[in-house]
Amino acid sequence: MTAEESVRALHAGETAAADLVDAALERVGDDRWGAFLAVDAEAARERARAIDAAPERPPLGGVPIAIKDALSTRDLTTTAGSRILEGFRPLYTATCVERLERAGAVVIGKTNMDEFAMGSSTENSAYQLTRNPWDEARVPGGSSGGSAAAVAAHQAPWALGSDTGGSIRQPAALCGIVGMQPTYGAVSRYGLIAFASSLDQVGPFARTVRDAALLLSQIVGRDEMDSTSLEWPEPIRLPEATELRGLRVGVVDELMGEGVEPGVRAAVDAALGRIEELGGAVERVSLATSEYGVATYYLIAPAECSSNLARFDGIRYGKRFEDATDILEHYELTRGSGFGAEAKRRIMLGTFALASGYYDAYYLRALKVRTLIRRDFAAAFERVDVIVSPTSPTVAFRLGERVQDPLAMYLSDVCTIPSSLAGLPALSIPCGLSQGLPVGLQLVGPAFSENRLLDVAHALEAAIGFDAHPPGIP
Amino acid sequence: MLEELTGILGHVERIQALDLDDVPPTTHVIERQNVMRDDEPRPGLSQEQALREAPEVIDGKFAVVKFDQH
Repeated sequence: MTAEESVRALHAGETAAADLVDAALERVGDDRWGAFLAVDAEAARERARAIDAAPERPPLGGVPIAIKDALSTRDLTTTAGSRILEGFRPLYTATCVERLERAGAVVIGKTNMDEFAMGSSTENSAYQLTRNPWDEARVPGGSSGGSAAAVAAHQAPWALGSDTGGSIRQPAALCGIVGMQPTYGAVSRYGLIAFASSLDQVGPFARTVRDAALLLSQIVGRDEMDSTSLEWPEPIRLPEATELRGLRVGVVDELMGEGVEPGVRAAVDAALGRIEELGGAVERVSLATSEYGVATYYLIAPAECSSNLARFDGIRYGKRFEDATDILEHYELTRGSGFGAEAKRRIMLGTFALASGYYDAYYLRALKVRTLIRRDFAAAFERVDVIVSPTSPTVAFRLGERVQDPLAMYLSDVCTIPSSLAGLPALSIPCGLSQGLPVGLQLVGPAFSENRLLDVAHALEAAIGFDAHPPGIP
Repeated sequence: MLEELTGILGHVERIQALDLDDVPPTTHVIERQNVMRDDEPRPGLSQEQALREAPEVIDGKFAVVKFDQH
């Protein structure tokens, strides 16, 4: 059942929240895919009972949801996939999660992720591997791999993730589900453990575009606790479009070339054919600066994270070691043991990029390239309404294949990074299979164009008819 | 670690190739300035709450390893 169908059934009295939560918990079971870091079955059941017993059923009725472990949940462990927060229980709940709970969603657990959202495979989690439900020898993508796997394996109808350079869209693509990064500022980041503050966004995972829209509609909008969050101009609608007449679509030249697997390109080409059958006009667009996207992102994001991760010092919360004899040794022991290799790499890169003597040549230059990337999109959107490309240059790669080669891992994000740097909304929908593995199509729109993007994606989803059941998952 | 960092720096170097003389930097993708809330006090964490997750507490304070006196 989709979340939407569950909501309907709950309000119609055909099912109870307690039944849906029990069924979800049973499907989580022994967590074969390693999607979850924490499951609070008793709290979830209690919450479902309370919703069922209340005189009025809240809008979402009691539908279960999985939450990425980067989002703070009061009194339920929140680790951001890192040892340095092992056992940490936040004193408050992230605004977006609070809004969902008030709307009647039931959090069944916290999902696995690359440590501090740094990664494209979830292999950087300090705790466990997450496997792709389409092929357990392969990665689910990252950094929100746990949320993606949980939804793809039908353990929860939907989930929240976070996206900084592709961390919702890329796992959605690799796991054959829908994932969306909204316009920067659309969703409050209060309670999201910060990685790169000018890039981080919270967004939905779901198996249908309408479910993603429903989830997004509950969490957008200004939050006093996040000064970068925006008044949302119009409510998020559930999409209903069935055709695309009059739509101008631009396919990105630079992202359909040699760096993309042939099978991925073929699936995207087939999707472009569908767009034309539905009445849309497809032309090529150029985002000339996109070849500098990865380089730019891997200067800006590490710079921001080197500041954001300075707070983890084993004094006010998190892990600490007892042997230190002075404060410097304390920091070295805590952060040396508490952080994994990728987190350390990025902290060092970021500190370097911001260092006196290097700041102008690296960080400041990267901010200027960011401006060029924004201008590329602005120019393209003068000619087209939606920009499309593959979401990921490859299908899911094997566990262990790239984790030793950080640069190869970074290049997984080549398609998703440009829209992140520009703060634009982008979603990924499954558009076919290559080698038996899902291929994602990315649709990018101008800022605040979520409703149109969802409409286009919804119409295309119906035309493509992707079967969201990995082999062996009923 | 050094090898991976060198490799990454080798890649990010490519931004040196661009002509950026007249390009302003982007620090914020959304145009917002001086976002304020009303100056009204509101409840925060109690001392007990603030200390709850601390690895070590002494006399109701966060315990910190001594700073080197040298």
